[in-house]
Amino acid sequence: MAVKLTVNGEARELDLDPQVPLLWAVRDHLQLTGTKFGCGKALCGACTVHLEGVAVRSCITPLAAVEGRSVTTIEGLATPAGRAVQEAWVALDVPQCGYCQSGQVMSAASLLATNPKPSDGDIDAAMAGNICRCCTYVRIRAAIHQAAATLGSAAPA
Amino acid sequence: MYFRLIADAAALAVPASELTRREFIKFTTLAGSGLTLGLLLPGCGKGAGGGGTTGAAGQPLAMPFVRIAPDNTVTVISKHLEAGQGVWTGLPAIVAEELDAAWEQMRVESAPAKVPTYGNLALDPKGSVQLTGGSTAVANSWEQLRRAGATARAMLVAAAAEQWSVAATEITVSEGVVAHQGRGLKASFGELAGAAATIPVPANVALKDPATFRIVGREKLPRLDSRAKSSGKQQFAIDVMLPGMMTAVVMRPPRFGGKVVQIDADKAKAVPGVVDVVQIPRGVAVVASDMWSAKKGREALSVTWDDSLAEKRSTADLLKEYRALARAAQAPTAHAHGDVDTALAHAVKRVEGEFEFPYLAHATMEPLTAVCRLGADQCEIWAGCQFQTGDQATAAAITGLKPEQVTINTLAAGGTFGRRATPTSDYISEVVSIAKATGGKYPVRLIWTREDDITGGRYRPMKYHRISAGIGRDGKVAYRQRVVGQSIMAGTPFEAAFMKNGIDPTAVEGHAGDQYDFAHVHVSWSRADVGVPVLWWRSVGHTHMAFSKEVMVDELARAAGVDPVAFRLSSLANHPRHVGVLKLAAEKAGWDQPFSKKGGRGRGVAVHESFGSVVAQVAEVTVDGDKLSVDRVVCAVDCGIAVTPDVVKAQMQSGIGYGLSAALYGKVTLTGGHVDQNNFDGYRVLRINEMPRVVEVYIVPSTNPPSGVGEPGTPPIAPAVANAVRAASGIRLRTLPFDLTAARRAPA
Repeated sequence: MAVKLTVNGEARELDLDPQVPLLWAVRDHLQLTGTKFGCGKALCGACTVHLEGVAVRSCITPLAAVEGRSVTTIEGLATPAGRAVQEAWVALDVPQCGYCQSGQVMSAASLLATNPKPSDGDIDAAMAGNICRCCTYVRIRAAIHQAAATLGSAAPA
Repeated sequence: MYFRLIADAAALAVPASELTRREFIKFTTLAGSGLTLGLLLPGCGKGAGGGGTTGAAGQPLAMPFVRIAPDNTVTVISKHLEAGQGVWTGLPAIVAEELDAAWEQMRVESAPAKVPTYGNLALDPKGSVQLTGGSTAVANSWEQLRRAGATARAMLVAAAAEQWSVAATEITVSEGVVAHQGRGLKASFGELAGAAATIPVPANVALKDPATFRIVGREKLPRLDSRAKSSGKQQFAIDVMLPGMMTAVVMRPPRFGGKVVQIDADKAKAVPGVVDVVQIPRGVAVVASDMWSAKKGREALSVTWDDSLAEKRSTADLLKEYRALARAAQAPTAHAHGDVDTALAHAVKRVEGEFEFPYLAHATMEPLTAVCRLGADQCEIWAGCQFQTGDQATAAAITGLKPEQVTINTLAAGGTFGRRATPTSDYISEVVSIAKATGGKYPVRLIWTREDDITGGRYRPMKYHRISAGIGRDGKVAYRQRVVGQSIMAGTPFEAAFMKNGIDPTAVEGHAGDQYDFAHVHVSWSRADVGVPVLWWRSVGHTHMAFSKEVMVDELARAAGVDPVAFRLSSLANHPRHVGVLKLAAEKAGWDQPFSKKGGRGRGVAVHESFGSVVAQVAEVTVDGDKLSVDRVVCAVDCGIAVTPDVVKAQMQSGIGYGLSAALYGKVTLTGGHVDQNNFDGYRVLRINEMPRVVEVYIVPSTNPPSGVGEPGTPPIAPAVANAVRAASGIRLRTLPFDLTAARRAPA
C-alpha cells in the first residue's frame, strides 16, 4: 500500500500501512529525525509538524489522514515566521536539553503565522500543549515576543 | 562530599561471596580499568598528550581535552554529559579563557568512555569513575580545564617562538591570534597547530589572574548547542540510524519484582515487521524493523508473570507503615547535637509538622533510548550516557568482553535529572542483553515508551517526615526530625561504602543541623523497605529535606512573632553564604516594602544549600479559592565564580520550574503494586501557562571556585511557595503535591 504525500516540498511515496502514525513514518522511513517522540498520545507536543502550515501532532496522525497533503517538518521549516522564531531561539539561548524544542519551534511558528502579535495569554493557549521538562518556558515566551517584533518590523516581502 | 564514596566502593575488595558474579566483575574492572591504560592518541610519541607528529602543516594539536584543527576550530573534549545543564558551553568557556581563543572558534564533542583521563575528579581525585552528576561538572573540571587551555596556549606560543625566532615572552595571544607586535607577525591557532603538536607538553603552566577573565563570567556567552537544538539537527540516541538496525521494546513485569513464567510469542511474531522475541533479565523484548512494528508486536505479546516476590502494596498501605515508623521510639541517628529532648520539653514556643512526599518520576522528554552493535570482540553503544564507567563494566560483564572492548558514544541527552545513571545501568543492560540474545545479528535500538518510563520505577523515594521544633526561654532553637523512607544506596554495590551506622546520607542531606545555627538538633531516619526501585532525582535528598525545614522554620518565625527573613538571619551567623543569598533575594524582591495581600496574594521565602551552592528564593503567589498561581520568583544564587552567568540563570529557572512541577502535580502512586500513572495525562507536569511569568535570577559575586548549578535551584521553590500560600491564605501545605482543598480541611 503506497501512501503519497508531500514532505518538505518533495513528493514522497511511503509503502506503509496507512494507520502508521506520521511521526514514525517520517522518522523511521524518511530519516527525518528532527521531529521527536515524547508520549505517543498528543500530550507533550514533541512530535509537532505542520500540515499546510498548521501545527498538528504527528504521533496521532495516521498516514491515511495526510494522503495527498503537504507536510512540513522542522527540517523543512522555511517560512518568515519559522525563521524569525529560530533566530530568536538562538539569540535568547532558549534550548537546554533541546529535545522538546523542534516541537516548540513548530508550534510557535504556526502561532505567529496566524497571530503576528500574540499576547502572553495567546502564547499560553497556543503553547500549553508543548511540554518542556527543563522548563525553558520563560525564554520561550520572550523569544516568541522577540520573533513577533522582528516580523512586525520586517519589510514586506 | 558523598560522591567520593562511589569511587571508594569501586576500589574496595568486597568479598566475592557478597556479590553476584556480575557485580564482582564490575568491581574488579572498575578498580583495575583505566589505571594501566595509557593516554595514547594517534600519532603520539613525544610528550604525554599530543606531541610526536611530524609537525607538518595541516596537522591538528590533539590533547585529551582540546583539539585544535588546521581549520582553526578549537574543539573541547567534554568528559561530561550534556543533558541541558549547559556543560557543552561551560567547559569550553573555561578552556577558551586560558587559551585566549575567540568564542566563535569553539566547538565541543563528547569524550570517549575512558578512565582515568575522563574521570570525575569530585568522585575520585584519581579519576577512576566517569560520571556526570551531583552538579559537579564545572566544579571538578575548573582546575583541570584551565590547565588544559593554558597548556595548549603555551605550546602554540612555543611553536610561534620557534618559527619566528623570537622569545616566547614577546608573544601575545588574543582572540585566537598569536602575534609578535614588534615584528608585525601573526598566525592563527589553526596555522600553528601542527607545529605546536611537536612541542613537549609543559609540566607547569601559569594560569590567568581571574581579574583578567574575558570569557569566564561574560554576561552573555552564546550556547554552543542552541542552533542545532533549534533546528532539529541535534542528534539524540533515539535518532541514531545504522544499516540493518532493528528496534526493540521490552515488556516488563507489571509489578516490581515479577518474574517471567511463560511467553506466548506466536501472535507477536506474526505482526508484520517483527523479527524476534527474546527474553532478557528484565523482561521480554520484541524486536522489529521499525518502532511502530515493535510496539504493535508487543501489544500482541502474551506473558505470564510470577508475582510471588513482587511488591504488592498500595500507596495507602505504605503511608500507614511510614506513619507508624515515624512514631517508633527508635531509629538510627543521622545527626545529633545539643540536648533536643530537654530543650523541647522546656520550650516556650512549640511547633509540630508531619509531611508526606510521593514517589516522583524524572519524566525526561527523551524517553530512555540506547543503541547497541555487538560483534565478536567489540560492543559499541550509543546513548545519552551519564555513567560511562558503570555502563561499560555492565556491558562487559553481559557480553564477556573487557571494558576496553566496549565503546560508548555519548550523545546529547534529552534530559536526565539523574535518571540515566543507575547502579545497574538499567536500560544499557537491556539493550546489550537484547543484542546478545539476538546473537549480534543486527544493531539494536531500544526505545522506552512514555508508559514504560512512568511505570518503570527508579523514582525519587516516597518520604514521610515528623518534626517537633521549639524556642526556649533563652531564645535557642531545638529541632527534632524523624525521616522515613527507602534508601537509594541499600541493595546496590554502593551500600558498603555509603551507608554508615544504618544511615543513607542521601536520605537526610540538607537537614537543619547543617544549615542553621540551631542549638539542639536531632535527626533520625527509619529505613523503609519497598520493592519499588528508587534513584537520585534532581537534588536527591534535598528535594524533601529542604521543604520541611524551610516550612518549619517559617512556623518557628511565626511562633516567635518575627519576620521570616529576620528570623532566619538570626540563626545563620555561621553560614555567611546563606546570609548573602538571603539578603540579596530579599532586597531584589522588595521584602522590606509593603506587600498588598489583596486578591489573595502572599509571598514566602526559603534558603538552602546543596551541592556546594546556596540559593534563596522569594515566591509571590495568588490563592483564589483553592486555585494557586505562582506569579513571580526572585532567586539569588551563590555558586562561586559563575563561569557562564546566562547558563547559571537558565539552570535556576529550570530548577525552579522542575521543582514547581513536582510541588503542584508530581505524584506516582501504587494500587496493589501496580503504578497508577502512565503518561502525561496521569503524571501531570508543569506547562507554559503555569510557569511563573517572572523569574528573576541574581548571582552573588564571588571569587570562590565554581560550585554546582544543575540541582541547587530546585530545593527552595516548593517551600517558598508553601510559605507564600500560608501567608496568603492561612493554608498549611504539608503534603506534596499541593492540594489546597485537602489542606484547608486538614487538622492544624
